[in-house]
Amino acid sequence: MKSFEYTITDPVGIHARPAGLLVKEIKGHPGVTVTVAKGDKSVNALKLMALMGMGIKQGDTVTVSVEGEGEDAVCAAIEGFFKANF
Amino acid sequence: MITIQGKGASTGVAVGPLYFYQRAKSEISRYQATDRDAEWARFEKAQATAIEQLGALAEKARKEAGDEAAALFEVHQMMAEDLDYVEAIEDKIKNEGLNAEAVVSDIAAQFAEMFASMDDAYMQARSADVKDVSGRILDILTGVAQGGIDSPVPVVLAADDLAPSETVQLDKAKILGFVTSGGSGSSHTAILARTMGIPAIIGVGDQLKAEYAGREVIVDGGTGTAVIEADEATRLRLMQKRDEQLKHQEMLNMLKGKENVTKDNQRIRIYCNIGSVEDVHTVLANDGGGIGLFRSEFLYLNCDDYPSEDYQFEAYKKVLSDMDGREVVIRTLDIGADKQIDYFNLPHEENPAMGNRALRICLNRPEIFKTQLRALYRASAYGKLAIMFPMVTSVWEVKEAKKMCELVKKELDAEGIPYAADVEVGIMIETPAAALISDRLAKEVDFFSCGTNDLTQYTLACDRQNNDLGRFFNPHHPAVLRLLKMAADNAHKNGIWIGICGELGADLELTETFLSIGIDELSVSPRAVLPLRQKVRETMVAAVREKLIGDILSDQTSI
Repeated sequence: MKSFEYTITDPVGIHARPAGLLVKEIKGHPGVTVTVAKGDKSVNALKLMALMGMGIKQGDTVTVSVEGEGEDAVCAAIEGFFKANF
Repeated sequence: MITIQGKGASTGVAVGPLYFYQRAKSEISRYQATDRDAEWARFEKAQATAIEQLGALAEKARKEAGDEAAALFEVHQMMAEDLDYVEAIEDKIKNEGLNAEAVVSDIAAQFAEMFASMDDAYMQARSADVKDVSGRILDILTGVAQGGIDSPVPVVLAADDLAPSETVQLDKAKILGFVTSGGSGSSHTAILARTMGIPAIIGVGDQLKAEYAGREVIVDGGTGTAVIEADEATRLRLMQKRDEQLKHQEMLNMLKGKENVTKDNQRIRIYCNIGSVEDVHTVLANDGGGIGLFRSEFLYLNCDDYPSEDYQFEAYKKVLSDMDGREVVIRTLDIGADKQIDYFNLPHEENPAMGNRALRICLNRPEIFKTQLRALYRASAYGKLAIMFPMVTSVWEVKEAKKMCELVKKELDAEGIPYAADVEVGIMIETPAAALISDRLAKEVDFFSCGTNDLTQYTLACDRQNNDLGRFFNPHHPAVLRLLKMAADNAHKNGIWIGICGELGADLELTETFLSIGIDELSVSPRAVLPLRQKVRETMVAAVREKLIGDILSDQTSI
């Protein structure tokens, strides 16, 4: 399993449009599971509504874990996605 | 033949079958399903159809309005296939044996509630998305027509009135015109009709009867008349009118891409007035040369609290980049008087038209002004921006406002944030005071733009919202025209340009007068651009200048 920490800079937090794009991005890497955790809560990032339901705001730090086939490369791609969109 | 009389809200003549807008049934039936697997299959089929429809909507939005607009529908698509949402529905159908409609409606309420209870306004608003997506699935399950029109041929759409969300969903290719029993000239139906350039008749009340459905109707948006099963003579007359209008519209379309130049080679810029980011499409569709007045108030009116710098920046940036290098004049906050906003907490005034409004609020509350100016200058890097201050009466006000611009630029320099070096700064001429000292004001700014509605109101001491004063409120009054000429002369003496952004700009009776006094730009509603261009191209200014200026300045009254 690979993981990284990221602090949200987007003023609206993890909102619908980029969260939707994230789901698209993850679907582009079949065979991996991406989990987003904040505090003691964590969700499968494919679950759009649950992810939005975590209420992740600007300034919050999340831990993103990637597990499965080619996780090194996918993790780097997902980290890039977070930097560009959240 | 049945004649229905209402109010014309958008001109044009159209003929087609009358069709009543169909709304989703609000009653959701609730019963125990006999076959649970079949019920689940019904849901899966409805879900697949919803996802397909949303995909088509996303593509349509992408073509009409770009990726940003498409993303909304893509998110809805993902919500419709959200794992937790679908799992919860499957659970309830298979374990409780309820019918699919009842289950979708229950689970939708549950997820909507989750978003609604979050302590974040943005997330709370997402509960509407869940309801929207679930509503679509419910419509499919109950067999309600998508988009409200289930007809193989285009129709004249009848409704009580349409909500904004309903107008967005309509299949525009299926609509020839509108007839509504309720509504006002500024209702969404009326606005949509004008944007689409099709006729609309509003406020027909109970004259509109359900039994007329499917019968042929001819609507004349110019007169506000709808005729059902017209007799031969009426039909002939209205069809003739329609042909003439189509020909006229065609001729106007031929003017697209042509210059705004008179027969004797005098040029004038024809720009547009807009009030929201979306209006840019109509500007481009009507070949507007730029935006002469972008009312920034909507950003404030649409929010529950002061809009942030970033929020404003995104909106200005969008308009500037969509206009692709064409000039965009953005007017700074103009509230007070007839436009009030709760969170500004402005004390009640006895005489708000002459009270704390527009630039006065900005100078009294510099923190609000500075936020807007920072957003404007940041956005200037993305197009050709000009900034305009409303409601000026004195030179010191302009100096103080310009000082704030300099302060903002210095801050951006220090922060290394780019902005355009050539942002023009101008003022509205909408008070008699500003027109009378326009020689002094012209030395402070890059342009003038005359707001003729307020200029008329203040010059004639005549409330423009008081209907009883109709015949006293005369924008053609020589006092108003003299002030316009004075401002134009002073602008040109000082080498700056002058425009008109009030409703008078589109008044074709005055186009020759405006050309005669040398107005450089007219900013009008998008649909007025082409008729105005036609008028300009038919005019020979040299032939009328002397007489028209004489009319303004003469000590003899002609009326």
